[in-house]
Amino acid sequence: MNRDYRDIPGTYVMDGEHCRKGYHLNMFCMSLNKAENREAFKADEAAYLDRFKLTSEQREAVLNRDWLGMLRLGGNIYYTFKLAAFDGRSMQYVGGSMSGVTEDEFRQMMINGGRPVEGNRSKEEQSNNG
Amino acid sequence: MAKITTGIGTSHVPSVGAVIDKNNEQDPYWKPLFDGYQPARDWIKENKPDVAIVVYNDHASSFGLNLIPTFTLGVADEFLPADEGYGRRQVPKAIGEPDLAWHLAESLITDEFDITIANEMDVDHGLTVPLSIMFDKPEEWPCKIIPLAVNVIQYPPPSGNRCYNLGKAIRRAVESYDKDLKVAIFGTGGMSHQLQGERAGLVNAEFDQKFLEDLVHDPVGVSKKPHVEYMREAGSEGVELVMWLIMRGAMSDKVKETYKFYHVPASNTGAGLIVLEDEQA
Repeated sequence: MNRDYRDIPGTYVMDGEHCRKGYHLNMFCMSLNKAENREAFKADEAAYLDRFKLTSEQREAVLNRDWLGMLRLGGNIYYTFKLAAFDGRSMQYVGGSMSGVTEDEFRQMMINGGRPVEGNRSKEEQSNNG
Repeated sequence: MAKITTGIGTSHVPSVGAVIDKNNEQDPYWKPLFDGYQPARDWIKENKPDVAIVVYNDHASSFGLNLIPTFTLGVADEFLPADEGYGRRQVPKAIGEPDLAWHLAESLITDEFDITIANEMDVDHGLTVPLSIMFDKPEEWPCKIIPLAVNVIQYPPPSGNRCYNLGKAIRRAVESYDKDLKVAIFGTGGMSHQLQGERAGLVNAEFDQKFLEDLVHDPVGVSKKPHVEYMREAGSEGVELVMWLIMRGAMSDKVKETYKFYHVPASNTGAGLIVLEDEQA
C-alpha cells in the first residue's frame, strides 16, 4: 500500500492504522450525538469516560481538551469536533489550538485567504522554507 | 423517461447552515457569500427539479467507525436532520422518492456498483446545507430527495475514477426509469480545506478554481487525480471533492455552465458553487 500521504506535514490521515489506534476515542466522541449521553458526560466526565476503552493518554487528552494530542492518539477531527461542539467551541478555535494560535488569529488568517499551500506541501518543502 | 437535467456542485460548510438558520446572511462576513449564491437560487426557482439526488458525506452522524460503507443510497420515505452533537437542524425533513431510489439501487448493483441500501438514515449538514444554499428556507423542500452518502472520512475514499463511473451508472439508471421526472444531481463537499492538525486552515484558491474549470471541460482528466494530490494541494478534507465527480459523471459529456461562483473564506474553507445544465435534457 502506497503511504505517500505520510510526508504531508501537520496531517493525521485516517488510515487503517489510525482508525485502530483511535477507535474507542472516536466512538466516545460520536456518543455525544445523543442528548442523554451529553447530559451524562456533563454530569461527570471521568465516570462517563469509564464506559469507553480509552488508553490513559487518550483519557487525559480528552479531559484536558488537548485537541492536537487527541489527533496524535488516533482521533479524527470530525469526531473530536463533537467534543468541541459540546464545549461550545468553534472549528476556528480548535484550528487555532492545533496550530498554536488564538481563535482570533486563526480567523484573521482565514480572512486573509487561509494558510498558503506554498511551503506546506510536504515535510521537505516545509523544512526548506523554515 | 426520467432525465438528469441539472448538476449542482457546492460546498456544504456547517457554519453556512448555522448562518441561514440564524438569519445572519447580511452580516458583513457572510454577505459576499450569500450575494454569490443568489443567482443560483433565482435560477433553480425557475428550473425546479422533481427529484434531487444529493451526493454528500456523513460526518460521524449516521455512520460511525463501527460500519463504514463506501456508497450508501437512501431508499426511505423520509430522512430527518441528524443530531450531530448540538440538536437537530430546524429545517424540513427530506422527503424521499422510494420508487426511483429502489430502481437506482437495483440498477446500480446489477451494473456492478455494490452500493449499500439504507431504509433508515438521518441526514446531516452534508445534505441539508446544500439544500439550504440552493432553496433558502422554505416550509418544505421543493423537490423529493434521494441521499447518496459517500465515505470520505476513513481512508481511502473511493477514487475519482470510481466516482466518475458511478455517476455514469446513475445516468444509465435514471434514463431507464419509465416515469417522466426531471432529476437534479448535487455533488457536495470541499472545496479546499484542512480542519485538522498543525496545517489547519490550508486553502488553495488556485487549485479550487482550476478544479471548477476542469470539472466542466476535462472531467476525465480530473477523475485521474490521485487522493494524495487533493490532500497535499487542497488540504486533507479537500479530498471530499471526489464527490463532485459523481455529479459530473451523471451529466452529459458536454454541459452548459450556467453559473459559477467562488469565495474565500467560508469558515475554514474555500467555497464553490457551480450550476450545470445537461446538453441532452
